[in-house]
Amino acid sequence: MNKVIEIRECSAAYGENAVLHKVSLTIEQGELVVIIGPSGCGKTTLLKMINGIVTPTEGKVTVNGEALASCDLVALRRQIGYAVQGAKLFPHMTVRDNICYVPGLEKKMTTEEKQCMAERMLEMVQLPAQLAGRFPRQLSGGQQQRVGIARAMAADAGILLMDEPFGAVDEITRKGLQEELLSLQEKTGVTIVFITHDIDEAFKLGSRILIMKEGCIWQEGTARELTEAPRDVFVRKLLNR
Amino acid sequence: MQILQIFWDRRELFATCLLEHIRISLTAVLCAGILGILTGILISRHKKAAGVALGVVNVIYTIPSISLLGFLIPLTGIGNRTAIIALTVYGLLPIVRNTYTGLTTVDATILEVAEGLGSDGRQMLFRIRFPLALPVIISGFRNMVVMIIAMGGIASFIGAGGLGVAIYRGITTYNMTLTAAGSILIALLALVSDRLLSLAEKAVNRRYGIE
Ligand SMILES: Nc1ncnc2c1ncn2[C@@H]1O[C@H](COP(=O)(O)OP(=O)(O)OP(=O)(O)O)[C@@H](O)[C@H]1O
Ligand SMILES: [Mg+2]
Repeated sequence: MNKVIEIRECSAAYGENAVLHKVSLTIEQGELVVIIGPSGCGKTTLLKMINGIVTPTEGKVTVNGEALASCDLVALRRQIGYAVQGAKLFPHMTVRDNICYVPGLEKKMTTEEKQCMAERMLEMVQLPAQLAGRFPRQLSGGQQQRVGIARAMAADAGILLMDEPFGAVDEITRKGLQEELLSLQEKTGVTIVFITHDIDEAFKLGSRILIMKEGCIWQEGTARELTEAPRDVFVRKLLNR
Repeated sequence: MQILQIFWDRRELFATCLLEHIRISLTAVLCAGILGILTGILISRHKKAAGVALGVVNVIYTIPSISLLGFLIPLTGIGNRTAIIALTVYGLLPIVRNTYTGLTTVDATILEVAEGLGSDGRQMLFRIRFPLALPVIISGFRNMVVMIIAMGGIASFIGAGGLGVAIYRGITTYNMTLTAAGSILIALLALVSDRLLSLAEKAVNRRYGIE
């Protein structure tokens, strides 16, 4: 198999505050890795290490065979879709311009091309096409979040990083989006790293699940392996639904 | 009444002075605007340079305008050119400061997202930072325009044209009405410019979805 993401013995800190401790993780082409763990345990930080937003204080990150420390980060990031925790849409751009942001970095797009792409992506995240002309503040939280997903997917990248992407949407829509993500993955073989607090979601989506605790990967495995042989009471409690 | 009368009686004087005033102010606005925004952009990248540059424009700002004009005369002589230079120098403070503040106070999480999505340095500046800073920059620009127009009134003390000529002539000939009329025209010009700019501001805000 083809190693797409390789994190070797990486630590991370914000100033004095050490957040990750010698984390190692290898992700192969087409995997859908789900990360769960208590708030503040370092999930987002781990994700940001993959696209070079967070630089490890020690260790080495390799993506698509290139070491992050020495490669062209801008070019690499365009090959990584990124759905941020809390959507974080660009407030001064319409939904259409938000969605087309990454493709627009590479080439100049006409309004028609943008509209066309925006409508396609909006459909994928189950939003009406009329939203394309709106500004983010004119959307509900759940709608913003889905536009954030659309923006990540429009990059049409081989890797998708998704940080609690379905947190703010209702149960039914969430089910739909999960199906959509699974079918997208099956179709395109995209590699996905997915953070969630929802254990059901983790079990449904994850081909592999990482449980994090206090800046370490505490246990990893398939849903089955984890439920059958939890490492300790912490894991059992976390998985206990 | 007297003032209306004098506007009519001396309409030719006022027309030339007004046009000259607009010409001088506009030139200074363009110079200060371009120079100020460029400086603001440059120093937004270097904290140290920013401290120095902001300090310098601040100090310049505190020099009494009359003495700045005085300092300039030996360097650039008298006339419109010196007036334009002085007005430009004064106009720098609001625009440099606001450009800098606007660019450096953009929400850091938004910047992080833009970076994470693969924007290069230029794209960060022109697609994210600058448009998000634009409301603050425009308010500095309005400030600057009003200031330059008002200050333009004293430019005639060093032999430049503009409405200051009418004011100055009123003073030297004990004609208070003439002085008042010139001052009123300057105030009106400043007000009208400010209104026009506020319209432009509204259009920009609409474009960027700000209410
Ligand atoms: N920009 C930052 N500056 C300083 N400390 C930070 C910063 N971002 C995160 N931290 C700290 O790092 C630790 C890990 O944060 P991280 O965002 O990775 O947690 P998380 O697992 O994603 O949590 P959540 O589930 O709440 O999103 C936390 O203790 C947090 O306070
Ligand atoms: Mg997080």
